[in-house]
Formats: sequence, C-alpha cells, structure tokens
Amino acid sequence: MKYKVYIYKSFERFWHWMQAILIFMLAATGFEIHGSFTFFGYQNAVKYHNVSAYAFIVLIVFAIFWHFSTGEWKQYIPTIANLKAQINYYIFGIFKNAPHPTRKTVLSKLNPLQKLVYVGLKILVIPVMVISGLLYMFYRYPQKDAVESINIASLEVVAIVHTIGALLLIAFIITHLYLITTGETVTSNLKAMITGYEELEDEDKSTKEN
Amino acid sequence: MKKIVIALLFIGLVITASIIFLKPTEAEQSNISLLKAKYSKKHVSSVDHSKFDILQKKFNSPQDATAACISCHTERHKEVMHSNHWNWEREEYVQGRGIVYVGKKNAINNFCIGVEGNEQSCAKCHIGFEMTSSMAPLTDPTNIDCLVCHDNSETYAKGNEMAGAPDKAVNLNLVAQKVGRPMRSNCGVCHFFGGGGNNVKHGDLESSMFEPSADIDIHMSPETSNLVCVDCHTSENHMMKGKVYSLSSMNRNRSTCEQCHTETPHDADILNEHTVKVACQTCHIPVYAKANSTKIAWDWSTAGKLKNGAPYTEEDAKGNHTYMSIKGTFTWADSLKPEYIWFNGTADHYLLGDVINDTTKPIKINTLNGSYADRDSKIIPVKIHRARQPFDPVNKMIIQPKLFSDKKGEGALWTDFNWLRAAKVGMDEVHLPFSGQLAFVKTEMYWPINHMVSSKENTLSCNQCHTRDNSRLAGLNDFYMPARDYSSIVEIGGKLIILLTLIGVMIHAGIRISTNRKSKKEVHNEI
Repeated sequence: MKYKVYIYKSFERFWHWMQAILIFMLAATGFEIHGSFTFFGYQNAVKYHNVSAYAFIVLIVFAIFWHFSTGEWKQYIPTIANLKAQINYYIFGIFKNAPHPTRKTVLSKLNPLQKLVYVGLKILVIPVMVISGLLYMFYRYPQKDAVESINIASLEVVAIVHTIGALLLIAFIITHLYLITTGETVTSNLKAMITGYEELEDEDKSTKEN
Repeated sequence: MKKIVIALLFIGLVITASIIFLKPTEAEQSNISLLKAKYSKKHVSSVDHSKFDILQKKFNSPQDATAACISCHTERHKEVMHSNHWNWEREEYVQGRGIVYVGKKNAINNFCIGVEGNEQSCAKCHIGFEMTSSMAPLTDPTNIDCLVCHDNSETYAKGNEMAGAPDKAVNLNLVAQKVGRPMRSNCGVCHFFGGGGNNVKHGDLESSMFEPSADIDIHMSPETSNLVCVDCHTSENHMMKGKVYSLSSMNRNRSTCEQCHTETPHDADILNEHTVKVACQTCHIPVYAKANSTKIAWDWSTAGKLKNGAPYTEEDAKGNHTYMSIKGTFTWADSLKPEYIWFNGTADHYLLGDVINDTTKPIKINTLNGSYADRDSKIIPVKIHRARQPFDPVNKMIIQPKLFSDKKGEGALWTDFNWLRAAKVGMDEVHLPFSGQLAFVKTEMYWPINHMVSSKENTLSCNQCHTRDNSRLAGLNDFYMPARDYSSIVEIGGKLIILLTLIGVMIHAGIRISTNRKSKKEVHNEI
C-alpha cells in the first residue's frame, strides 16, 4: 500500500534550497576568484562570494539549531547496516528494476550511503570550507604595527585547502543531481524536496502524517 | 503556525544579511572634495619684488643678485647651504655599511655614470655658481643660485658648461623682480632633463609635465587641480620633502600620496585592504612615459665609433637618439607598463670603489630592499634602466670615466674617444686604481614611478594582476595571489575527479536507460 507522507518539513526544504542557491553562487564566484573563468568581473565576484559566504554561515547556524531542536541530527548517524546492499543496488539492482534495499520512512529518510556522505559533508567538508574561507577573508599580511604571530606567511595553504574542498563539492553536486533521478520514479525525489510529500511504501501507519 | 515561523526565519536571515552587507552610503563630504577646495585657492604673494630698490640696480654678476636676496632674507642662505639641493649628498644609514655619506660624489648611475670630473657640465643643474671641479665644498653664500628655483618670469636659464652660471642673455634684474614660489617649470628644468635629455632618467617626469593634460597627470594638469611640484614636495626651511632612490637610502622624509589621501581612501574595504601591501602608485599609475619616450637601455660599449674621423648621432622616427659616438647605443620606449618590486623604503647603492665579484648577473646600481614577508614592504611600480657600462675586470670595480672636457688631449672620452685613457684619467680623479683592462658589464638601475597618476577610471582593474596569464605581478613570486596562483596537483586532480564523476554518471545513466527500455519491452511482450 502506498501512502502520501509529509517527509521534508518546510524549514528543511527552505534550508535545502537556500543551500543549493548559495553553493551554486559560491561555486560560480569562487572559481572566478580562482582564475578559472571570467563572468561577474573580479571585484564583483569577490563581493558576491563574500555576501554568499556570510549568508551561508547564517543559514548553517539556523540549520544546526533546527537539527538539534528537532532531533533530526540522528538521521545522519552513519551505519554500516545495509551499506553493502545499498552499494550493490546502485551497481547492479538499479538496472534490473530491483526494489530499493533501504525503506524510506519519516524516521529514517536517508539510506546508509547518504548518511555516510552527508555526515562527511557536515562534519568535514563544510566546516573545512567555512574555516578556510574565514581565514581567507581575515588573514593578515605581514604588516606594520602587527602582532607577528597572527600574520600569515603565505595564503597558499589556506587557498589550496579551500580549492580542494570546492572541487570535492562540485563532484558531490554532480553525483547528487544524478541520484535525484533514482527515486521511485525519475522525478519523485525532486517533487518530494519541493512539496515535502512523497509516496512511500509504508505499512506502519503510525509514521505517516495524513 | 509553522508557516509563520518559517517566514520569520527567512525575514530574519534577509535582515541579518542586509545589516552586514548593505552599509548606508555615507553622505559626508569626501576627502577628495575637501582637497579640491584646499588646492583651488590661489596663492597670493605678500610682497611685490619689483617695488624693491635694490632689485632695480644693475647686477654685474649673478653673485650680485644673490647678495641682494641675502640683504633682506638674511638667514635663508644658511638653510640652503644645509640642503640636499646644495650639498648633493646626505648622511644615510645603510644596512651593512653603517653611516655613509651618499650623494653625487660617490654614488654612480648607469646613464652618464657620475658627476666627479665632469662638474663643469653637470653644474648646469646645481643650485649654485662656480662649481668648476672636484666638487670642492662651496662655502661662499653668494654662489647660491636663488633665481633658478624662484624665477617666476620663466626667462631664467643656466648656460651650457658654465659651472652653474646663468646664460649671458638672462636679464637678472627682470628675473629678480619677479621671484616667487617655485612653479612646475623651476623644478622641471632640471628634474625633467636628468641624464642629458628629456625623460632620459625618470620616465614619469618629463617636459609634458610642464603643462600636462589630465590623461597624463590627474594632479598637475591645468585642466584639473593644476598642482605644482611644491604642493606635494613641501618644504620647511628649504628642506624639500621627498627624494629619489637613485641617491637616497633611508625610509625618511618621503613625499607620499597618503599625506593627502590617507591610507584608506577607497569606498570599498577590499581596496583599502590592498594598501597594506600595495602602494597607491601600483594601481594608479598603470602607464608611464605617456607623452614622450624614456630611455630604457644604454649600451656604452659601442661608444667611440667615428664617421670620417668625426663623431655622429643617429635618431629614430620620434627624434630620439639611438646612437651617439660619445655615449653609445640607446633604446627608448613610451607608454610603458612599469615593472613591479617589493620596497620597504630603504635602499643600497653601488658606491665608487665597491668591489663586485659576481658579474654573471646584472650589477644593481641601486638596490631597493623589500619582500612579501617584510612587514614594511609594499609593491611599487618601477622603471628599470638597463645598461652595459665600463668595468675594470682586474680590480672588479665599475669605472668612472672622464667624459667631458672643454679641450682635446685631456683624456675626456667625448673629445678624444679613447676608452682606456678616459678610464685611467677618470679613475685617477676619484683616486681609485685602474688596471688598464676594460670590460663592459650589465647593470640595472631602479627608478620608482610616482608621477603621471591616471584618473580613477584608468586605474588598474583587479584582473590585470589577479589573472593566470600575463599578470602584471607575474614576476613577484614570494607570495600566493588569488587567480594568479594555484597548485597544479590540485588543479589536475580536481579536474580528473570531476571528469570521472561525470563519466561515471553518464555510464550509469546510459545503462539505466538501456536496461529500462529492455525491461519495458519485456513487460510489453508479456502483455
């Protein structure tokens, strides 16, 4: 039996799409600052990148609050149960129209692979990007009347770490965009993230909202 | 309820972001408009010198005119005789040398090399008379040339090879009655023609600066604020602010942009942040030698060629000398992009008698100190004048040749065209040895570019430096600069990962699409 379930709350959707817009902006302006191409103009790129970065930090603060106040953070605790089955599904099962090995429920909406990747983003890639980004903005050149110990001998390490993170995020986004199409139908995941509702195979009626 | 919370959250986010980024535009009067108001006030002299009887009397010599000046300005000559303009040397502390007296006596250049032994001619740009030879200290205050700096009639001129005396045709009474604050022409007559011709030395100081267009210099143009040299190079008791690092060594008494514009003159914080490490001139003087060519290379080794036994000169299409028998081969250029170096305000100089052991790389006639890691250093634009000049390979010293003489047979290169003799006589005059062997070595001389400031619209844009290709700062490699620099490993690795991801996704999608079709067909067949 299929039920229409309210799986993504409105804040979650707002957070997700704001994050999508900001990461897109940060990537577009960031790679211009990196010298990969010219589009906004260098000074504008720097300005937009900084504005997006601050907005992103504000968003992260709200998201952290939401995750803890709702207990949603538990969704991201990585597990190895079913991990192999999930990998097998993406490598083999998906081509044979095999069913998804992980059942999506409101209490457990992420499959083991998602948990692993998202927790990696949340506790590794994003913090590294935020910290290296803030250092990039606020580092001090060797300068007059300065406290020697907070001067940075070279921006190089900060910049390269920031670049590595950005490249990894691009690879993530490509995969993420593709995997959207691997739901029950090609568009069901996308629809769910827009409307919040998804049709789930759900025998336990206590978890559905309507 | 939930919707309200979301709406509030969103509004909160927008407000926080706007507070942080959309600072109100400040309505207060900008620094620039205050400066414009200050410098548009006309200077009115408090006296009319034409009304003084003493300046009506016929002067029999230039010294008479000076004596007349001193009779009223009774103490000024003492100030002048303490000034760098008079002494042509300064006490300087140079790292590694201690306290030295650096000046035209002992510091050389890579143009006409040095003053010593050539005073008769060089004195055309000394603010004194009777500078005949061997830079003997000038002690008679009536030998001060007040008029060369204070003539406002624009009729005063020094004579050629007259040891500093004015041209015979000058009416000293007329000049003395029209004295005043120095104008651009008073300074320019020497400082624009250093090295024996217009714009030979500086590149950013030349005859177009007498009356520059706004394109050439935004400050000094009569079309704009019409500043004169002494508006920035202010003086107190005849001590001028500012100096050039061809002869100066210490970070003191500099004339700076900041003295008017402050260290943070921009509206954008990101630009003000740059001023920690980038000098104003770097962005605001994108091009120099805008109107006339400047000399960028001088090869002394070709000097001395004669046609039918007589010296000759060759010119290019713009009228610049490209060859002179007395001086060698020249290279000129105009509308130049400066080169860029780190500079902390201190310099060292090649001083006569310094021994150079390594002649494989060009000898620096003046070394401007600085690096990224040095907290006092900023990036500045420079003109680098490159030369090949005479060198004693045995004693390992740069040679000061005897160049000028008013008669043949005294060993001067410009009359006798004998390099070995000119080297011998020249080195004798500065009391240095000469081995009898002559070589030519490459030298470099650094000229900071400070003038010919462009308008705001014509300053450098970010991506003239922040770019992978042809960055203006391509030569400064002791720091990481966004857009210019990257790690090739990260760059290649990143591209590879992204490419593999794309390929993986496409293959996966391809298999999905094809197997999906197959299974649909199967389903269809079953039905």
